[in-house]
Amino acid sequence: MADVFAPEKLKEALDILLHEIPLAIWETFYVTVAATFFAVLLGLPLGVLLVAGEKKGVMPLPAWLLKLLNVVINLLRSVPFLILMIMVIPLTRAIVGTSVGTAASIVPLVIAAFPFIARLAETSLRETDPNVIEAAQSMGASPMQVICKVMIPESVPSLVSNATTAITTILGYTAMSGIIGGGGLGKIAINYGYYRYKYLVMLIAVAILILLVQLFQSVGTRLAVRLDKRIKK
Amino acid sequence: MIEIKNLSKTFSTADGRVEALKKIDLTVRDGEIYGVIGMSGAGKSTLVRCINMLERPTEGTVFIDGTDVGSLSETALREVRRRVTMIFQGFNLLMQRDCLSNVCFPLELAGVKRAEAKKRAQELLETVGLPDKAHAYPAQLSGGQQQRVAIARALATEPKVLLCDEATSALDPNTTHQILELIRDINRRLGITVIIITHQMSVVEEICDRVAILDNGTVAEEGDVAAVFAHPQSDAAKRLVFPDGAADRAVGEGETLLRVVFKGALATATPLISRMAMEEGISANIRYASTRCIGDRVYGNMLLGVDSGGDTPARAIAFLQQDDITAEVV
Repeated sequence: MADVFAPEKLKEALDILLHEIPLAIWETFYVTVAATFFAVLLGLPLGVLLVAGEKKGVMPLPAWLLKLLNVVINLLRSVPFLILMIMVIPLTRAIVGTSVGTAASIVPLVIAAFPFIARLAETSLRETDPNVIEAAQSMGASPMQVICKVMIPESVPSLVSNATTAITTILGYTAMSGIIGGGGLGKIAINYGYYRYKYLVMLIAVAILILLVQLFQSVGTRLAVRLDKRIKK
Repeated sequence: MIEIKNLSKTFSTADGRVEALKKIDLTVRDGEIYGVIGMSGAGKSTLVRCINMLERPTEGTVFIDGTDVGSLSETALREVRRRVTMIFQGFNLLMQRDCLSNVCFPLELAGVKRAEAKKRAQELLETVGLPDKAHAYPAQLSGGQQQRVAIARALATEPKVLLCDEATSALDPNTTHQILELIRDINRRLGITVIIITHQMSVVEEICDRVAILDNGTVAEEGDVAAVFAHPQSDAAKRLVFPDGAADRAVGEGETLLRVVFKGALATATPLISRMAMEEGISANIRYASTRCIGDRVYGNMLLGVDSGGDTPARAIAFLQQDDITAEVV
């Protein structure tokens, strides 16, 4: 390890970085954002169903259906991402046309993330003051109106801060998808660091990943605070 | 007119069945302010929620202007809820919306056009005395101001009935008084029937025309406020009128008990009881008193013991009875 920072290694690493890092950052960024987007698209309505569909909720669902949703979510959440990536290969192929590459890595990411997002959305939506929901019902709000005009808007700050947690987790997963040929910083870290023993490149790639997480987290936290009208300003 | 007939509500809990309401019969006339008073757990909140079917009664019916609201479809019920609106103890405003869009909310639900809704909401904020708070968020307002916004919101759909569920219980006496004034003003100017749920005697005394005393899920007593409080028949009513059991131990030999109610009488420099002693020569025992001054006006009630002999009680009543003060033999 002593010669990790040797001058010739430094030069070599710099070379690789200059050529590959900009694209890798872009790939990581767009895969993370795209996967989060689709995962929210699936996960948020599912989270709504979990809260609104309860027996005492605004839109009660049959008990068996709610149970089924919960089981499916727990099941998907229990499969380690590394294994899930391999398990969903047929599905990936069906959707994207191929099972390798950057675009293909979005499919397993979405499948791993949406149950997680559903659970996060569930906790956020559960925080809605039941008295405010009752007030809306007393004014003649339909179940859909309660969901779209009360539960979701009232939970926005909490939803945003949970989405931030989700996006940083997904960012971590994108690094793993380097294994199935997904592009990005993870691929660089694995290809150079693990397969070719270029530890310096790996360290730098990891450092950039850390910076990205920090960036997403601080933007998300700031946004959540700014959106919250309960905070006196 | 609201008619509640043979209404019962039973909750199934982990500890078995709880009968919250037992065979309630009540009639609320158009345009009056009707109070429902009772201790906590008496079933008041359940009763008011049965009127707009937020709680489905286990048995019995509720008629609003002749319509059996329990038999309506969910869609028809939503229509009724625009005519029978509600305010709450905790105000229950949407915390992520400013005041104007809180007031717009019921109009939005009803599908009123945005510009029209905003215009009406602004007018209503003026009605409740908050014209400059349109773009403030609820968290920036005091409790009293939040309740004003909630009242404006409840008036948005031009209701016929306003249900107030412990609407002043979270407010200080001064603010309570202001909110009650506002409610009375709305009742008089717009002719809206008001049903007030409360555990505070002072609220009923201050603005209600008639009152029902709810005790353990049943109506213990009902009638005009002055009559019910002057001649309480039931134990529940007596407990409210004589909070410390004053009636039991107070009345001495040859003493008549008078109940004096202050409804905003001017607190003048010359005290009433002393003046009665000096001018009429009637000395009174103060058996119980619960009064408070809001601004320069007095609210509350007193139980006075005066000599039963001759025309003393009648003279005392004649002296005490004046604008904003009523006196009666208990």
